[in-house]
Amino acid sequence: MLKKCFSYCAALLLLTACATSTERTLYNKLGGEPGVEKIVTNLVQNIGHDEQIFHYFAEANVTRFKEHLAWHLCDISDGPCTYTGDTMQLIHDGMTINERDFNHMVDLLIEAMYEADVPHHIQNQLLARLAPMRKDIIYR
Amino acid sequence: MLKTILLLAALVTTSAVNAADGKLIATPGVSQIEGAAGGGLVPWAQLAGYASRDEIAINAFCSHGNVDDFKLDVCGAQLNLYDRLELSIAEQEFDVEALDLRIRQRVLGGKIRLYGDLVYSRWPQVSLGIQYKQLDDALVANLLGAEKDSGTDYYLAASKLHLGAVGGLNWLWNVTGRYTEANQIGLLGFGSEDHDHELMLEASTALLFGRHLAVGVEYREKPDNLSLKENDWKSLFVAWVPNKYVSLTAGWLDLGEIAGIDDQDGLYFSMVGNY
Repeated sequence: MLKKCFSYCAALLLLTACATSTERTLYNKLGGEPGVEKIVTNLVQNIGHDEQIFHYFAEANVTRFKEHLAWHLCDISDGPCTYTGDTMQLIHDGMTINERDFNHMVDLLIEAMYEADVPHHIQNQLLARLAPMRKDIIYR
Repeated sequence: MLKTILLLAALVTTSAVNAADGKLIATPGVSQIEGAAGGGLVPWAQLAGYASRDEIAINAFCSHGNVDDFKLDVCGAQLNLYDRLELSIAEQEFDVEALDLRIRQRVLGGKIRLYGDLVYSRWPQVSLGIQYKQLDDALVANLLGAEKDSGTDYYLAASKLHLGAVGGLNWLWNVTGRYTEANQIGLLGFGSEDHDHELMLEASTALLFGRHLAVGVEYREKPDNLSLKENDWKSLFVAWVPNKYVSLTAGWLDLGEIAGIDDQDGLYFSMVGNY
């Protein structure tokens, strides 16, 4: 236990110390453009088969949704993009998404990442960057 | 027996659509020995089960601790109303093997979430809790010098889960301040001639290895009202959460000296069902 703790701490220190320009971005770790695309495609498929939250997307333009989501994910994972689309707040205004459905969407995203062979520790890093957006998405 | 299990399994799977599932798997924690959602020994700020602000969760648990000269069996249940209020009940049976003696205690608990969300809010989730404890028979407590056979603990707990914080693994911590006069969590009565409520610190931390496995440690400071060298309690636990309906926990307990008998350590098992 202690040993494991040490090795994780050491790994963490190493990661921080080596955070130079040669360090791979989270975007790279997600598999770059094809990786993010795969996640988005899987997610859209999962939503399509989902009874609980499909209705939020029933009238969405799927192509546009996929493009914008990939663009946004690229930006927040330090990829070579700058997201200038609608804000999370604007997109979700009036949708009155509740906490349960939001968390269900997170479960579908995790599933999509597993299906795209994104390792668990990389999944968590992406989730950590998405988490602060929840307040702009639910109960609006 | 097998039939009952199959029937229960069928019930759970067919009505799964209605079960509370509005949180990330494994994040609500398990059940602590006094019935609150927590980590085994320590009540956490999380409310029991997977209810989000739009749901109700019902949970049941049984735990078994077996140290050198004592055994503790607990079964209980919690109701989580809209991730705001947790109501709980726990029935404890404490066996003193040398004396062939059994002490029973009932704990009624309430916990209210004051702020935040374990995972999503910027600051930790904070909850305020209360545990009312009543001994079935005050004989042993009286003999040892306890003043009362019932008492109330008040606690304030703060918990936070940091996503991907340690080498990409999710890391959870909890700190609880408990205002209590319970002797050995109440099993040996409450207060004494010279002592009543005091503030005790409790803390837990766990790492989540994947979505289904957590490994953690807990520390629970305890008062020594009876001058019996009551020690702080420590535990090391592994929790397996295969799905949002059940969790299994195994742990190692170090309970120190209990009622004058030193070096009480041993194993701990717990099972929680969530709906």
